[in-house]
Formats: sequence, structure tokens, C-alpha cells
Amino acid sequence: MLYREALNKAIDECMENDESVVILGEDVGRYGGSYRVTEGLISKYGEKRVIDTPIAELSIVGNAIGMAIAGLRPIAEIMTVNFSLLAMDQIINHASKLRYMSGGKMTIPLVVRMPGGVSRQLAAQHSESYETLYASIPGLIVLTASNATYAYNALKWAIKSNDPVIFLEHELLYPMEMDFKEVKDFNPFRAEIVKEGKDLTILTYLKMRYDVIEAEKELKKAGIDAEIIDLNSLRPLDIDTIAKSIKKTKKCVIVEEDHKTGGMGAEVVSQIMENCFYDLDAPVLRIAGEDVPIPYNRKLELSTIPTPDKIVSKILDWKAKNGI
Amino acid sequence: MNRARIEKFYYLMKLGREFELKAKEHYMLGDIAGFLHLDIGQEAVSVGTMQAFDKGDVFTHYREHVLAIARGMEPKKIMAELFGKKTGISKGKGGSMHLFEPRLNFYGGDAIVAGHLPMAVGCAYARKLQNEKAGVFAIFGDGASNAGAFFESINIASAWKLPLMFFAENNYYAIGTHISWVSPFVDLKEKARNYMPTFTCDGMDVCDVYNTVIKAKEIIENGLGPVFIEAKTYRYEGHSMSDAGKYRSEEEMEIFKRKDPIENLKKKAIKLGLVDEEYFNALDAKVEQVINEAVEFAANSPEPEIEEAFEDVFCKECENAIS
Repeated sequence: MLYREALNKAIDECMENDESVVILGEDVGRYGGSYRVTEGLISKYGEKRVIDTPIAELSIVGNAIGMAIAGLRPIAEIMTVNFSLLAMDQIINHASKLRYMSGGKMTIPLVVRMPGGVSRQLAAQHSESYETLYASIPGLIVLTASNATYAYNALKWAIKSNDPVIFLEHELLYPMEMDFKEVKDFNPFRAEIVKEGKDLTILTYLKMRYDVIEAEKELKKAGIDAEIIDLNSLRPLDIDTIAKSIKKTKKCVIVEEDHKTGGMGAEVVSQIMENCFYDLDAPVLRIAGEDVPIPYNRKLELSTIPTPDKIVSKILDWKAKNGI
Repeated sequence: MNRARIEKFYYLMKLGREFELKAKEHYMLGDIAGFLHLDIGQEAVSVGTMQAFDKGDVFTHYREHVLAIARGMEPKKIMAELFGKKTGISKGKGGSMHLFEPRLNFYGGDAIVAGHLPMAVGCAYARKLQNEKAGVFAIFGDGASNAGAFFESINIASAWKLPLMFFAENNYYAIGTHISWVSPFVDLKEKARNYMPTFTCDGMDVCDVYNTVIKAKEIIENGLGPVFIEAKTYRYEGHSMSDAGKYRSEEEMEIFKRKDPIENLKKKAIKLGLVDEEYFNALDAKVEQVINEAVEFAANSPEPEIEEAFEDVFCKECENAIS
């Protein structure tokens, strides 16, 4: 199943089973979805539940919150993470705080889906990974879907949940063919051990998962048995799974596509320091996006984010430097 | 105008004013902290709108004590909230600016200027989908009418013919900035008239506010789309308690104080021979009693436990899944 089809299947089933579920965003209806995630939904559920909005992100999310207040279960689609900055006020000042500042009286069952990350030469205003902006906000749940199984099961969970969920996708994953399975009693907050290993823990999420899997093949040739963990949920973070792995491997690498300074890995390292300091044989290695806006030229673009080659060489250098 | 209506209007406006004067007093005493935005002078708007728009959903800005009272929220629970107490309407976690009561379809208490308007639009969308005729009421000030969220909201509400009443409470000042300094229109209806039917009313006259909302409400209830009402009004107090008031004159204040909504309703009713002075004195006594009880309740209520700071971030099901 294609990754985007898994997302579509989750939305479709939720809309089928619960008529309070609606989806709104730019081109989600008649156009069929910018990345075809919502393809076919309008013909099944009509334009009242598959809502084409103006290009006004603040309103897309603000309207969705109002729908949630009125008892609907809205899914707001933002075309790309960069555009979600226009909706920040509604996401952070409203969605994340309404339950709390009303003393628990307000309930906002809301999903805000958005793809981000470096795609193919879309330049600085369409290529960002701003997950830390959301992962630093109390009152938000931040999930990242790297694969079809998680995308389907976690999105279904998110649509049924009674709190706001930021659901992050990646533009390069949409057309990818992937394994898929339906999971009963799915818990979206658990990290996934993608591959077990004993020498080294590699933490990653979203599209970097695949770069890490590529890199691991080379590491294996160099005699390194790496454990790969996909974080899945960025807020809350599954520190238990991380800590258990580090206890075993004594070494940890974080591979992330966002900018290094203040990036997601910074928070992960902080939690590792608090929880696993005495288990570590070496400082945690962060392999992250460079601290520059994303350039257009393909060669330059690739130079700003981790790639399988870079992941391998940085890990080998780090091991040599630390004598581990 | 009939006796029952006069009683309701007068009682609620007086209750609102005395509530706020008492809140001001307790702010000075240190029982209330943070931002306290008083509605004094603007009671005709809060009471007239809520009496007329008595069903449906309400989204409001942060100058909302009197609106909440007029909607039916208990004054003692609001006072307790202002005091930051456990028994407050938002358990002491919202304060003056964040009063919520879903049972009254009263959704805040929003302290991001114009931030509640997109939510009101979404709620109106849902109500249309659910075939609820009463629609949604959204009140905002002249300051909000300059924000992007306002323009997005009138555009969408109009494009989708949503059952939404935009109520512009024009008190001329966004904190200390006069509307004429920052907008091409002092008459806010000019901003909306290409999008939807607009109405104006005298925001110092509760009967005019009430009648205008009743008239405009018909458009919403008949499924003909949104409406826009502008009421010119005036706040006698500062924007919040920290306002030195350097931006406006005593003369301007006096012009509006002569049109005081409470005093004028009283005079008008007596002049028409509907009721006498004694009638109002009895209502005043009732107001005094309710306010005293509210203060007593707030003062004697316990503080929230520290654990309360960590509650209500997520719902129980999510908390369970996380832990």
C-alpha cells in the first residue's frame, strides 16, 4: 500500500463510521488533495464534510477548532509545514490551551495534518521541519508518521482522540509503497524498534528512518550491529524505550532532518542526559540538518541534510574519536 | 418596552456594573491580580445582546464579565475565578479573561485580539451542518476589526453563508489607540458591508441594542447568512487597571457619561410612567445582596491544590495512553 493510501484509508474509515468527522483545507476536495491524500473523499462524503477552504491557514485551523467546540471531529490539512506558521496562533494560543484555561470544561478533538521536510528542490519556504515548534508546547500531542502502518493506525487514533494532535507527514513518503497492517488497541506514543542491535542505538523519525536503514547496511559491513528506533511520538517522547535501548548499547546517535540548533534532537539529548547519563560510554552524536535555510540547487540542498553516506561517515568518525 | 423587560435589562446592567465596581475594589485590595478589563459604560451592549441572542453559541473577547453574567453565569463563580479560587468557573486557572461555560454555550474569554473569530466561524459552519438554526454570536472590539483574523472571518462566513452574527463593540479605543488613527473607517460596518447585511445601534441604549439584535437574528435563523452589527459605546474605565488614560479627554468622557445606559433606562421608564423610583431601589437592594454573596463566596473559597496546575492539560483517555 502507498503511504498516502494508508492515510486516505484512515480518514475514509473514520468518516464512514462517524459522521461528525470532517476534513478541511486547501484543495482537499474537488482538486483531490495536493498530495492526493484526500482523493475520492469528496465524492463519497460530499462537499459539506470535505471542505475546500481559502488559502488562509489561520482560519483553516481556527475554523477547525470552532467545529470541534460544536461537536465535530475536524481534520485540518495544512499544505506544508511552512504554511502552518500562519496558523500558529490558533494552534498554540487556542487549541493547546482551551481545555486547560477553562478548567477542563472545553474539549478540542482536532487533528492538524501537515507534511514537511526536504522534498525535491522546493527551496526555503517549502522545505522546513518545524516539529520542535510544536513539540515544545504543553497541551499538544505531536506524532510523526514515517510509515504506512503507523500512518494508518496513529491517524485513526488521533481522529478519535479528544485532544489536539499535530500529525506530521513527509512529502517524499506519499508515493512510497510500504508494508501495512492494522493494529488492534494501537498506542501511538510508543517508539518502534525498527531493527534490534547491540552495539549502538540510532534514534530517528519521519523520512530519516529510511536514510538510517540505508546507512545501517554499511555499518553492518563495518561490523557494527546498530539498533534503530523510530521515535514516532515527539510529544510525549517515549523515553522508556530509548533508555532501555541505551542501557543495552551504551551508545546513542540521533539522526534528524530539522535544523540542529534547537532541533528535536536537542530535547532528546536533554532527556537522555537526565535519564541515561551513567549508561553512556560516549557523548551522544547528533546528525542533523545544517543551520541554514534550505537552498534550491539539488547539490546544495542535499548538503544541508543528513544522507546515508554522511550518516555512515559521521558515525565512523565519532566512534574513532571516542575510541568506542 | 414592558415592565418585565425593563426589570431584566436594569437588573442585569446594574448587576454587571456593581460586580465590576466590586472587582475593582478588590483589585486595589490585592485580592484580584493580573489583567482586569472592566466593561463599565458598555453594559447596554453586553446585556442587550445576550437578552436578544438567548439561544445559540457565544464567542467573546476578554472584556467579558458582564456578558457572562447576562448569559446566565453565576456572579459568585466569576468572582471566585477573579480571586483565583478553586470554586471559580475555570477552577482558578483562567482568571478574568477566560470564563467558559459550555453548558451555556459560552466559549470564552479569548485574550488574543480577533483570535476567537475564526473559531466562531467554524462553530457556525458546524451549526449549519447540524441544522441548528440559532447560529453563533461573536462579539469583538474596534481593535479586532483591524486584524487579519477579522477579515478572513467575514470573508469565509459570507462565502459559505454561515449563521453568524458579528457584533462590533466600537468603544473607539484599542487600549490607547483611537480607531481613526489606524483605520480608514471609524464606522466599522464599512468594513463588512460588501460581505453581509449591516446594522447599527446605539451602544449606550439597551433597548436599541436588544431590538437590533432581534431584527438581525431573523436573517441568521432564516439561513440567509451572516450579519454584522455595530454599536458605538464607551468604556469609562481604562483598558485595564494599569491604564493612566492619557489618550482621551474628560470632555469626551462626559459626553458619554451623560448617555449612561443604566441611568437613562431608569429615567426613561420613570418618565413613561411604567415604574417608579421605589421599584428601582428594590432592584438595587437585590443586586447588592447578590454581589455581597459573590464576594463572600469568593473570599471564603479555598485556593486550588498545587496538583491542580497539572490537571486538564489532556483528557483522561489521552493521559492514560501516554502514561
